[in-house]
Amino acid sequence: MMPELGKYAATVILSYIGTILPLVLLTVWTLWKGAKTRRALELQEERMGRKNG
Amino acid sequence: MSIWEYANPVKFMKTSSMLLPWVTGLTVICLVVGLIWGFFFTPEATNFGSTVKVIYVHVPSAMMAINIWVMMLVTSLIWLIRRHHVSALAAKAAAPIGMVMTLIALITGAVWGQPMWGTWWEWDPRLTSFLILFLFYLGYMALWEAIDNPDTAADLTGVLCLVGSVFALLSRYAVNFWNQGLHQGATLSLDKEENISDVYWFPLLICLAGFVLLFVTLLLLRTRTEIRARRLKALEQRERMA
Repeated sequence: MMPELGKYAATVILSYIGTILPLVLLTVWTLWKGAKTRRALELQEERMGRKNG
Repeated sequence: MSIWEYANPVKFMKTSSMLLPWVTGLTVICLVVGLIWGFFFTPEATNFGSTVKVIYVHVPSAMMAINIWVMMLVTSLIWLIRRHHVSALAAKAAAPIGMVMTLIALITGAVWGQPMWGTWWEWDPRLTSFLILFLFYLGYMALWEAIDNPDTAADLTGVLCLVGSVFALLSRYAVNFWNQGLHQGATLSLDKEENISDVYWFPLLICLAGFVLLFVTLLLLRTRTEIRARRLKALEQRERMA
């Protein structure tokens, strides 16, 4: 299924790896930071709710 | 209904949570279809051989690198003029995405340049202005982290964004200003004669849409996180004061 890339195979494959890898890392970092902040905010709201309630 | 309603964090959170599943789905579809089409089903070019397939990652990332800075400029100006916190947070949220896009454009450009120009790097006007734009992204992110007061940070980064816009625009138009560089002219043109052939153009169009949608998805997610982080900080301060 791999296309015939000839003598430039390394160039093309490296370019795609150099694109997909940073994008995947950025997405994972975004999701991880989002989940962490959300959890911390929920805990803080819960704690303050208990104190006030 | 006014666009300024979305400057309200509650309204923004509500609207973005409705939009996110749709934008995410469209992003995945466009990126998968565009990249697979470009990589597997496009022919070699006479001049560039199979390296023509690099345009499906290089051109969208380079366009996004510049356009994200322009978006940051607009949201920074909204903050500086109208003091809407969500716009400042959106600019902050966009910076890492822009930095990664610029990095991808530099990496893919270097990887392509090696066999085509015989060098990984050349102090060509477009390459150099892109490197400076990358450094501006890093400086912008560092400035946000270096200042404790979020309003002061938003003010100063807004001014930095204004200054950096010169390089964003320079990156965009460098190939038109100077002809002595190695970098070839613009890949895309509204003139059908100058534009790339349809066999490359259609998958590229889908990749461009995929990169724009990926930016919107990540921007919504990151802005939501910034809003939550701001609220968390405010609650912690309130608790300390009590």
